[in-house]
Amino acid sequence: MNEPSHGPTGPEKRAFKERGPELAVAALLMLIAGLVIKDSLRVGMDWADDGPRAGYFPFYIGLLLLASSTTVFLSTLLTWGNNHAEFAEREQLATVFAMLIPMTAYIIAMVWLGIYLPSALLIGYFMRRYGNFGWLPAVSVSLAVPLAFFIVFERWFLVPLPKGPIENLLGF
Amino acid sequence: MEEINNLMQGFSVAMTLPNLVYMLVGITLGILIGVLPGLGGANGIAILLPLTFSMNPTSAIIMLSCIYWGALFGGAITSILFNIPGEPWSVATTFDGYPMAQDGRAAQALTAAFTSSFVGALFAVALITFLAPVLAKFALHFGPAEYFAVQLLTFCSFVGMSKEPPAKVIASMMLGFALAAVGMDTVTGQLRMTFGFPELLKGFDFLIAVIGLFGIGEILLTMEEGLAFKGKSARLNMRVVLQTWRELPRYWMTFLRSTAVGCWMGITPGGATPASFMSYGIARRMSKEPDSFGKGQIEGVLAPETAAHAAGTSALLPMLTLGIPGSPTAAVLLGGLMIWGLQPGPMLFVEHKDFVWGLIASMYLGNLVGLLVVLTTVPFWAAFLRIPFSVIAPVIVVICAVGAYTVHSSMFDVVMMLVFGIVGYLFKKLKYPMAPMVLALVLGDMAEASFRQSMLLSQGSLSIFWSNPLVGSISGLAILLLMWPLWSVAKEAMGSRK
Repeated sequence: MNEPSHGPTGPEKRAFKERGPELAVAALLMLIAGLVIKDSLRVGMDWADDGPRAGYFPFYIGLLLLASSTTVFLSTLLTWGNNHAEFAEREQLATVFAMLIPMTAYIIAMVWLGIYLPSALLIGYFMRRYGNFGWLPAVSVSLAVPLAFFIVFERWFLVPLPKGPIENLLGF
Repeated sequence: MEEINNLMQGFSVAMTLPNLVYMLVGITLGILIGVLPGLGGANGIAILLPLTFSMNPTSAIIMLSCIYWGALFGGAITSILFNIPGEPWSVATTFDGYPMAQDGRAAQALTAAFTSSFVGALFAVALITFLAPVLAKFALHFGPAEYFAVQLLTFCSFVGMSKEPPAKVIASMMLGFALAAVGMDTVTGQLRMTFGFPELLKGFDFLIAVIGLFGIGEILLTMEEGLAFKGKSARLNMRVVLQTWRELPRYWMTFLRSTAVGCWMGITPGGATPASFMSYGIARRMSKEPDSFGKGQIEGVLAPETAAHAAGTSALLPMLTLGIPGSPTAAVLLGGLMIWGLQPGPMLFVEHKDFVWGLIASMYLGNLVGLLVVLTTVPFWAAFLRIPFSVIAPVIVVICAVGAYTVHSSMFDVVMMLVFGIVGYLFKKLKYPMAPMVLALVLGDMAEASFRQSMLLSQGSLSIFWSNPLVGSISGLAILLLMWPLWSVAKEAMGSRK
C-alpha cells in the first residue's frame, strides 16, 4: 500500500472500539458451542454397551467452549462503559477491506475460472490500483507469476492446480 | 555411547549429495519465507508439504525442517534492517537490533543475531540428541491414560503460561477441539457435526487452518499496519563478522540463560515467541546497565535470538518422542510425518532409526549451512524487501490459495482458508492465542482416542488419571499449571488489599 500509515490525525481521527467485535466474536463462539452440544446430544453423550458414544468427548468440549466464551461475553458487557480500548482506526479498517474484498472476489472467481486467470487479475489489480505501476510491468508480473506456478506445480512436481474454461480452450 | 554411534550413522544418511542439496534449497526457501510478511515457518511448510509427497520421507523432512531453520534465521534480517519482524518470534529482536542498525552497526547486529541463533539451536539439538532416546524409551511404557495426561499437560501449560486471558486461551483451544471432532468418529463411525454438508465429512484439515490463520490473517494485519519499507542496507564483510565473533564469548552467561529459557519453553509448548520475550526481559533485568536496552545493546539481540532458536528447535523433541508437537510449526512437521506413513512417538525410534537419526544429524548440518548462507547473502534478502507491498501482498495471497488447494485438491479448502484468515485476523486483534487452537486441531482425534480408551479401561472413572505415581504426577502438574492464572489473580488481589 502507499503508506497509509500517514493516517489522519487530530480531531477527525476516528477509531472503532474493541468492545463491539469482542462481543460479536464471543457470541459467535457461544453459538458454535451450542451447535457442538446439540449435535453431541443427538449422537449420544452417554455410554453404550461397548463404551462411550460418539458425543461423549465433544459434549464436554462444547461445555468448556460455552463456559469460556460466556466468560468473555459477560466480562465485556460488565466493563462496557469504561472499556475504550481501540480495535482499529477507520483508515486502517479501510485498508484491511481493500485487501479482503478483492481476495474474496478472487476466491469466488477461482471456483469457475480456475486459479491462473484470477491470480493474474488479482496481481494486476493490486499493482495498478495501489502500486502506481505502468501497464507494462503490471501485465508482465501478473502473467509471469501464474506461469511460474504452472511450471513448478504442473510440470515439475506434477501437482494439478484448478483450471477453468480458458485453460480447457488452450488444451490443458 | 550408543547415541554417538546412532548420530554418526545419522550423519551418513544426511550427508548424501541429494540431501545436502535439499538442505540448501530448504534453507534458502526458509529465509525467503522468514523475510516475507504473511509467510512464516508454520504456513510456509504447510504450503510446501504437498510438494514433498512424492519424495522419500528422510529427504522430505530434511528439506522441511531446513525451511524451518531458514525461517528462524530470516526473521532476524527484517527485524534488524527494517524494524519489521518477519516472524512473531523476532519482535523482541527489533527492540535493540533496529537501533543498532540506525546507529550504523547493522552488520554487528546481524552477525550477533545469526550467531546466537546458531548457538541456541546447537544446544537444543544436543539436548535432543541425548534426551530424545531416553524419553522415547521411557514413553514406550505409556498407556492411554499416560498419553492423555501428557496431552492434558500440554494444553494446561498453554493456560498457565500464556499472556492472554485464560478464558480466551481455553475458548481458542476448545474451538480447535470442536473443529477436530467434525466428521466421522473414528471409533463408532458415526457422523458428527456435519449438519448434512458432504464437504464436512472429512473434517477440517489443520494445514488449511494454519495457512489461513497465519498466512491470510497476517496479510490482513500487515495491511492494517500500512507497510512502508524504509530500511538500512547492510553488507557483511568478513572483518566485521570476525570482530563481532571475538566479542561474543564475553556474553556466555546471556547465551546460557537464553538457551535454558528457550529449551524449556520449546519442550513445554510455550513456543519461540514467548521464549524470545522472556529471555529479553531476563537479560535486561540481569544486566548491569539495564537502561542501555532498547537503544542498541548487543545483548538485547543475543538474548531473544538464542532463545527463539533454542525453543524452535527443542519443540521437535516432544514431537518426535511423544507425537505431541511443541509449536504450530512442529505440528505441521508432525502432519507431514503422518502423511508419509510414519507414526511419531516412541516407536519411531525403534522402527525408523535411520529416519530419526538422519533428521537429528541434519539439524546440526542444517543450522551450520543456514549460518553460512545467511552470513553471505544478507544484501540479497534485504533487496527482496524493496519489492513494493502492492506486488508482494497479492502474490502471497496466490501462494496461500495454491497451498490450500493442493492439500486435498479441493476448492472448499480454499474457501475455508479465507474463513480461517478472517478468524485469524479477529483472534489476533482480540488477543485470542492461535497456537492452542492449531495444536487442539492437530491433537484432537488423538486426545479423544486416548481419553476414551482410558475411560474404557476404568469404566468411566476419572480416577485412572491418578492410578499410578507416573500418571498421577503428570496429571497433578497439569492441574497445577491450569490453576496458575488463579494464583496470580489471588496474589494481585492480596497486593491491592495491602
